[in-house]
Order: sequence, then C-alpha cells, then structure tokens
Amino acid sequence: MTTIDIRPDAADPAADDAHSESAVASFFVGTAAWVTTTDHKRIGRLYVGSGLLALLATTVLGVLLGLERSDDANALLNADALLQMFQAYRVGLVFAAVIPLGLGLSIAVAPLQLGARSIAFPRLALTGFYGWLGGLVLTMAALGRNGGIGGGDDQAVDLFLAGHGLMIIGLLVSAGCVATSVLTTRAPGMTMRRVPMFAWSALVGALAMLLALPVLFGAIVYLFLDHRYAQLNFGGSEGIATWIGWAFSIPAIVVYALPAVGMAAEMFPVTFRQRQPMRGVAFAGIALVGVTALAATTQQSVLGVTFDTDGTTFIKDVVPFILFAGLPLLGLAMVLGLGLLTAKQGMGNGKPRISSPFVFSLLGLKMIAVGLIGNFLYGITDLELIGTVFEEGATLFVVYGTALGVMGGILFWAPKLWGRVLPEKQVLPLAMLGLVGTLLAGAPLYVAGFLDQVGGVPANDTDVAAMLSIGDVTSGSLWNILSLAGHGVMAVTVLAFAGLMLRTFTGDGDTADENPFGGYTIEWSTSSPAPADNYEQVVAVTSPEPLFETANEGSPS
Amino acid sequence: MNTSTAVFELPPAPVAAPRRQLLVGTALACTAATMLMGGMLAIWVLLRERVVDSGGRFPADYVIPEVASNVMLMTIWALCIFAQWAVYSGSRGDRAHTGLALAVTALLAIAFINAQAFIYADMAVEIRTDYYGVLFYAVTGTMLAIVVAGLLYTTVAAFRALGGRLQEAEVLSAHALYWYFAAAAYSAVWFVVYVTK
Repeated sequence: MTTIDIRPDAADPAADDAHSESAVASFFVGTAAWVTTTDHKRIGRLYVGSGLLALLATTVLGVLLGLERSDDANALLNADALLQMFQAYRVGLVFAAVIPLGLGLSIAVAPLQLGARSIAFPRLALTGFYGWLGGLVLTMAALGRNGGIGGGDDQAVDLFLAGHGLMIIGLLVSAGCVATSVLTTRAPGMTMRRVPMFAWSALVGALAMLLALPVLFGAIVYLFLDHRYAQLNFGGSEGIATWIGWAFSIPAIVVYALPAVGMAAEMFPVTFRQRQPMRGVAFAGIALVGVTALAATTQQSVLGVTFDTDGTTFIKDVVPFILFAGLPLLGLAMVLGLGLLTAKQGMGNGKPRISSPFVFSLLGLKMIAVGLIGNFLYGITDLELIGTVFEEGATLFVVYGTALGVMGGILFWAPKLWGRVLPEKQVLPLAMLGLVGTLLAGAPLYVAGFLDQVGGVPANDTDVAAMLSIGDVTSGSLWNILSLAGHGVMAVTVLAFAGLMLRTFTGDGDTADENPFGGYTIEWSTSSPAPADNYEQVVAVTSPEPLFETANEGSPS
Repeated sequence: MNTSTAVFELPPAPVAAPRRQLLVGTALACTAATMLMGGMLAIWVLLRERVVDSGGRFPADYVIPEVASNVMLMTIWALCIFAQWAVYSGSRGDRAHTGLALAVTALLAIAFINAQAFIYADMAVEIRTDYYGVLFYAVTGTMLAIVVAGLLYTTVAAFRALGGRLQEAEVLSAHALYWYFAAAAYSAVWFVVYVTK
C-alpha cells in the first residue's frame, strides 16, 4: 500500500486565481490554499518562515537582555518580567528558531532530492506544523502570564508545560514524516549509499529528534501532573529547570543543527565541480554529529571529565565525555576535512563556483564547529566553566550557525521552491554580516565564561539576579555589550534576508533556470519552480550525482 | 554563478516497487514511543531509588492488585496473536477471518482498558497528597494512552482492510507491529510498576 496520493490540492485553488472575481476573493483562496496545503514545499516554507520570524524576535530579545546584563545599575526592563524573558529567549532560540528552521528546510527539500512526488504522510506533516505553532503560541502566552519555570501563576505554569508538550508532538510528527520519506520514497535506483548529503542529514536529524524529544515529553508529563496536582516530587515550578533545562542548551541542541551540516556537505561538490570523495566517511561524519542525541536520552546538559593525576576519575568519566563532546566534534571535523579534500581535488576542474549559498553554508558550518569546540571545553571540569555564560555562547554559535546554514539552503533551493534566484550582490554581504553577528554574540560570552559570569537557564529571581550581577567580573560589561551588539547585527541580518526573500517571493527578481548553481542531484533535473508533484515523471538514478556526467560530459550517467 | 542553460535528460524510471511506507512510519512511531516509555520508567526508577535510599517505603501504603496486572500482561500479548492472525488472513484474502481477528483484537484492547480502570478504582491512589500518585498515574496513564491509540489504529485498519483493500495487507502488518510494541512496553511497565514496585 502507498499513502502517497495525487495531492488533493494538485488542482491548486491558487491556480484559479485568474478566474477570481475580486482581489479579496483571490486573497482568501490563496490563503486557504496555503493553510490547507499538502505540498511539502509549502509546508517546509511555513516552518522556515515562522522560524525566521521567531529568530528575529529572539535576537531582539537577546539585545534587550544584553542591555540589562551590560550594567548592574541599569534596569531597563521590569524586574518581575526578567525571569520569563530569559526563558522566552531560550525557548525562542531552540524551539521557535533552530528546530523549525532545520526541520522546515528538510521538509521542503528532502523529498525533492529523493525524487519523490510528495513527502510521506503530507497531511500529518501539516498537522505537525500546526501542533508546533499552537504549542509555541501557548508557551509564549504562558510566559506572558507569569508562567514558565519558576513562574508565580500556577495555571500559567501548567500552560507552559502543556504548550511544550504540544510543540514536541508537532515536531515529532513532522520529523517522522521526513524520516519515513527518506527511507521509503526514494527514486528507483537511489540506494541509501546514493542519497544526497542533505537528505542524509535530514534523516539523521529526524531520527535523532525521534529519539530525543520523546524523553523530554515524558519528563513534561511528570512535571505537568506533579505541578498541577501535587508539587511533591519535582520541586514545583522552580524544579522544572532541573528536569528539562538540558533541552535548551548544548549538547542536546546540536542535533537540530544537522540539516545545516548536511547543507554544507552538499555545497562543496557543487562549488568545486567535483564528485563527493569518500561518501561513506562523509555519511559517518554527519551521523557522528547526531550522537549528541545521547545527551537528550540521558537528560544531561553536561557530562564533565576531570584530568586528575592518578587517572581514576578520568578513566570513569572519559567514555561519556567522548560520547557527548568528542564524537560530534570529530564528525564535524570529518565533514569539514572532506570538504577541503573536495576543494583540493576540484581545483583542476576550473574556477570554483563561489556562490552565496556556499558562503552562507560554509560560514554556518564553521560557526557550528566553534559551538561544538565550546561544548567540548565546557565539559572539561578543570576549566570550571560549568554554570557560566560560556554555555550560552556555545548555544548561540550552534543556533546562529544553523540559521546561516539554513539561509544558504533557502538561497540554494529557492529556484525549485518558488522559481527565483536571490540577487547575489545583495545577499553575499548578508553572509558576512551574519558571520560578524554570530561571532560578536557568542565569542564575548566565551570570554565572560572564563571570567566566571553566571549563566544557564534561570529557575527563579535569585538566579536572574546572579546572572545580571557582573560587579565582580572584570570587564564584564564590555563582553555583554559586545554580545548584545552581535544580537543586533544578527537581527539586521535576519530582517534583511527575510526582506529579500519576501521581495523575490512576491515576484521581483530574476527568474531561475533549471539549474542556476550547477547542482548534481536529481532535483535539478526538474523545472524551476518544481511542479506541484515535483517531477513530470519519476527519474531513475544510477549514481550519487546523476547530473554530474550530464553537466560535465554531456550524457546521463 | 553558472546561468547557462543545459538540457538534462535522465532515463524514465521503471514502475516503483511497493514502499511499505505505513509500516516504516509505524516503526518510527514505535521507536519514539519506546523512548517515551523508557525515559518515563528511568525517572520512575530514579525517584524510587531516592525514596528507598532515604528510608521511605515505595509505594507508600498501597496494595497492588497483582491478578489484574498479570491478566493485563496476558491480554496484551494475546492481543498480538489476534493482530497477527489478521495479517495472516488478510494476506490470503479471507475477509471473514480478518474481520473476526480485528474484532477480537479490539475487544481485548477494551478488556485491557477495563482492567486498568479496575486497578485505578481498586488502588484508589491519591494524586494530590502522595508522592506516589503522580508517578503512578503518569506511567500507567501514558501506557493507557498507547493502548487507546492502538484501539483507534485497529478501527482504522478494519475500515481500510475491510473497505476494499484487503489484499494490501500493509496496514494490517503495521497495525500488528504497533501491538507488538505496546505489549513490549506494557511488559516493561508491568515489571517496573507492578512487580518490583
């Protein structure tokens, strides 16, 4: 049996726009087509668009909190709201921004790369989006009503937990659709060894989410029942941070960066006109990054290692430390190393096609690598970084790096998603701006972490006061001001990128031909934009880069 | 950027092979649900250890009706046999036996829910004043939700299999897989909650 039908909106109501009698009717018809769509390209864009908006809001929140942290005597914000604002910032970074951005790009692109006519269970994927969105709205509403971790309003705390539960269910459903698609809807001839790098990273990321998020959901079930009825076992509202705080931090959030890692791996062969060397090693590298899912399944935010003289503690700690911090870093190094090898091998194939998607994804990968190095250092207990803002710096590197990678993905596949290419001259500076924003936002917090500035997910007003107190931190004000400037630059980057995207989306800009970036995977064999069912006819795949020979030798592989 | 236009002509593919999409999707859902139950039982064991280490009794003052919990274990494994029977008869186009097997599957699922309700009524665990209440209702309630979801799955499978797609037995296979998972999950719950307590 197959559940891939001809899409019910194949006879797209939007196609009848020309026949609509009025602009209002046309608007409603178009809106209805979007909100009820089962086209994976649209569902993915709904996720990515919402994720970009949320990222923008979160960066603004980062600026406000940075202002508050920059000076002890400077109280800009209502002190009673700071606890909730810190949590909104964390929820925004992880559940509102980095997860939907990565997952949305996977939903929009992976089925195209697989040669599928649709994502598996398209209605379920859309339901997942609404579940996530509804949960996010409930969560933010709860924070606005003095809910959240350590919140004073019991009902709002319950709502915060329920909202998180709904978000998780939605994300799980959508991740399940992505994983099922990669496993079952590949074009004939596309074995798992021939799956494109991005689709592979989408699979690993989705599987990691399917392993990690249910554990969080289970903890939330306990917390909800305990907080609503008893408040005996889990420390009331303040105890929530102990049980789910790991979900808003490294290393658990690294699994959500996987699509950005896959995006970078996808771009090296395209840029340097070279087949991907050692595909198996590249697959293994991406999979190793997914090992951070162990952090979630063990519900740990850090598993440190101590370098003691007799080695007893070290030997006991080193295995979990390597699993949490070592293997993901090794995986990313493998991806980056193979990228450099591809570049070296491709130097003889003519001038590299350096494009904005490549620049975005490469910078994003490097920023994620800096975050993973931070994750590694954070676990070395001798450095005494645990409980400092160093963790927030690493989290920011991973989140903003992922955002840059996803922006690269949007630029790369924009021709297939809405038939336009974004202007290179306007987009390329944004990549540099994003790099500056990420470095400014994250690196100063690394320094402040070494200076013992308190960080983490606050559970009460005392924690907030400790986080705001920089009086005993040498030059603490400077590092916080730099970090808030980074948030500001990132906000400008996201705003400008969204503006450019919207402009081309509404019809401005250059229309794209079938393969403007010279891609080698099969999605570049269909028209731009891709039709409702992706392909006029399902193509057969005989190599990992089926268009490589066509582009370079003039005949199909 | 390369803006040159090239014509890409890939050979048309042969007819796609059956993909077993529903089976894979169900397997992934079962994996996620396994992580859910595993995580919840891990928290249960952790909190139980804390209570016992501090000299407390776990569970405080409740007598667990072991007959009912044991019968639930037998019921859910027996249910798997009937779900597999539905797969067997469905793949042979035997509509009567498929319908009968699915009906018995649903009946046993209802019996399981009934037994769980009996345990709730018999134990009368207090949730507001007792540390054990939250843990007990969270774990058994989640298990109950899994069985209710299975009952819905049985209903959907019955409609799809008996509504003209009997030869396409994938929905029945996926349905049976779900019940195998539910039986394994309850076995873990039974051991942790009702046996080791």
